[in-house]
Amino acid sequence: MPEHAKHGRRRRRVRWAGVTAVASALLLSGCGAPDSTPVLTWYINPDDGGQAAIAKTCTAAADGKYRIETSLLPSDAAAQREQLARRLAAGDTSLDIMSLDPPFIPELAEPGFLAPVPQETADKTTKNTLDGALAGAKWKDELVTVPFWANTQILWYRKSVAKAAGLDMTKPVTWDELIEATRDEKKYLGVQGALAESMTVWVNALVESSGGHIVQNPEASADDVKLGLETKAGKKAAEIVSTIGKEGLGSPGLPTQAENESMLLFQGKKGSFMVNWPFVWPATNASVKAGNLDKSLVEDIGWAQYPRTMADEESRPPLGGINLGVGAASPHVDLAYEAIECIVEPKNQVEYFVTNGNPPSDSTAYDDPSIKKAFPMAPTIRESLKHSAPRPQTPYYNEVSTGIQQHWAPPSGVDPATTPKKTTDFIIAVLRGERLL
Amino acid sequence: MSTPVDTKPSGRRRADAGVGLSERRKAERRLGWMLAGPAFVVMLMVTLYPILQAVWDSLFNFRLTAPGDKSFIGLQNYGVILTDPVFLRDLGVTSLITVITVVVELILGFALALVMHKALKSVRGFVRTAILVPYGIITVVSAFAWFYAFDINSGFINHWFDWLPGISEDTNWFAGTWTSLFVIMASEIWKTTPFISLLLLAGLAQVPDELTEAAEVDGATWWQRMQRVILPNMKAAIMVAVLFRALDAFRIFDNVYIMTNGAYGTEVLSLLAYRTSIGRLEIGLGSAISVLLFLCVLIICFVAIKLFKVDLAGNQGGK
Repeated sequence: MPEHAKHGRRRRRVRWAGVTAVASALLLSGCGAPDSTPVLTWYINPDDGGQAAIAKTCTAAADGKYRIETSLLPSDAAAQREQLARRLAAGDTSLDIMSLDPPFIPELAEPGFLAPVPQETADKTTKNTLDGALAGAKWKDELVTVPFWANTQILWYRKSVAKAAGLDMTKPVTWDELIEATRDEKKYLGVQGALAESMTVWVNALVESSGGHIVQNPEASADDVKLGLETKAGKKAAEIVSTIGKEGLGSPGLPTQAENESMLLFQGKKGSFMVNWPFVWPATNASVKAGNLDKSLVEDIGWAQYPRTMADEESRPPLGGINLGVGAASPHVDLAYEAIECIVEPKNQVEYFVTNGNPPSDSTAYDDPSIKKAFPMAPTIRESLKHSAPRPQTPYYNEVSTGIQQHWAPPSGVDPATTPKKTTDFIIAVLRGERLL
Repeated sequence: MSTPVDTKPSGRRRADAGVGLSERRKAERRLGWMLAGPAFVVMLMVTLYPILQAVWDSLFNFRLTAPGDKSFIGLQNYGVILTDPVFLRDLGVTSLITVITVVVELILGFALALVMHKALKSVRGFVRTAILVPYGIITVVSAFAWFYAFDINSGFINHWFDWLPGISEDTNWFAGTWTSLFVIMASEIWKTTPFISLLLLAGLAQVPDELTEAAEVDGATWWQRMQRVILPNMKAAIMVAVLFRALDAFRIFDNVYIMTNGAYGTEVLSLLAYRTSIGRLEIGLGSAISVLLFLCVLIICFVAIKLFKVDLAGNQGGK
């Protein structure tokens, strides 16, 4: 056998030995040393690593009582719901802690998929919770999840455009004023017109802001649900959406525009006003830092409360965020709630806001100086959260939301005279099992 | 092969074949079963069982988040689906995509097969590899690539082709039914034409050179050789290619899911089934849609095999 072949074989053998050693070491470390610390699995929505950091902090604070491990859910809210609902329905025992989007909570709470919140935990964690966030954590007047962070949309505007249009942004503005200003200044208005969840968010805020509700009796069964779109509030909402769509005020991209696309539009040459979540701020700053946007843009950006639908009525901005729930089949319900008490501590919420841009649900957290530094609009967000209205809290939210999206997108197809009725008839037929969605 | 020249035994001969089997043939058959058996059992477990389960579930009103309300409703789900405009629209869109993509792919695929067949030996390998690249790309990846190319915010198509009538910087491809379907079908065609061309290349290779040469000597033009000699001799390959692609195209999902998610009248049947069972968690209704989709696929197979007489074993001498 030639010498080099022998060497080759020896080298291979050595390499194999190495691989085997590493593999055995990994295996041993994985199941070798018996570790009796209960492991809590926290299903988190994707973020910038904030939840994983909190999991570490709380694991350290638990001092061996439990260990929190995070498990990543899909990126969009609908896919997160699908996965959690399927696991919960199958009785998956690994769902110790779950990051839940508020609109989907009733659907999971109604069949008893969530473990009840102990009174002690409820008292400890919701003492200073902002009203909007607390409303989103309840089902049938009972706390079924613990508010973690709360999100809301505010009105972002380009100071230069508002000034040119002669709008006084220190006072509340209405949608009609924004439409007029955008039209006069020949700019684009940043709204979300894609056939997606963001459409429902917009319609709900418009309806709620003139005192209406998309679902009148959210706790009713599928056959008895009554919708509130065929009202003055529903018609006004349709008027606003339709005008923006038909006049092309939302840009040609409007029919496929969700939150991220409208932010790009707002940052562009024709940006003027935009309703959007606070993520816009760190994202824009990051783009400036990366050199993709000019620094003067950040100085030109202002913020205010969500626009009013009616001039004499306070607006009800959209509510988002994440609440924490515990799976009913979890073998560690008590420990999970103990861990949740740690996770939602105001100092963790502050840290999470500063590092990940997700606003606290606890009102006292906003007093922290680091928040004011990183988010100069924090007082506006806090105020907005006070008035925010959740999306319809019904176990049939998915049907209601999809039904709205299918009839209100694209905005140019909305007719104030017929769309509210068509949407209502369609959703009712779907809920009764007479139509496909 | 030591069998007689008649490579297509009649039905009667095939039926008789089972009676007087020699010991050797019996042993061969046993070995065949033993070799294919485990795979066959696995197939039954992973396909037949879910199919039967879906048929069973489709007879119930069953929502995953309301397990207590599960009730038997017979064929009611099918009644709702078959009379619903959404189902009919989706069936129409799916059929349209199937017909257009298969026809275009067949023409393009045949042209590519001819190129590969005639390419010089020295470049043949390179040509085949180049043509096959799109087929090697994962559908989701190619769907995203096409989506971002045409997207109004990030796409370059609007910039490159704004000299064409109807295309400008403000063209939002995914806001309209026909423009969206155009992109979806273009992506589908780009990706799967290589598959058809490979199947057709195999068919081309089976046309004996003697026949084309004889025709050429007899003074047949290129078109006559194609029409009278090559195409009739590769009919089986063409039909297999059409059948495989039609079945695939009818079950289209990834491209639509990524590019429009069914928005603005671009929804296809498999997406409807997905949204109903996975999105709405309506297991009963969703299973019924899946069963109907399965029946559609069976009908396509049946039509192709019985009416167009696709002989899937045609090239192996009927055995």
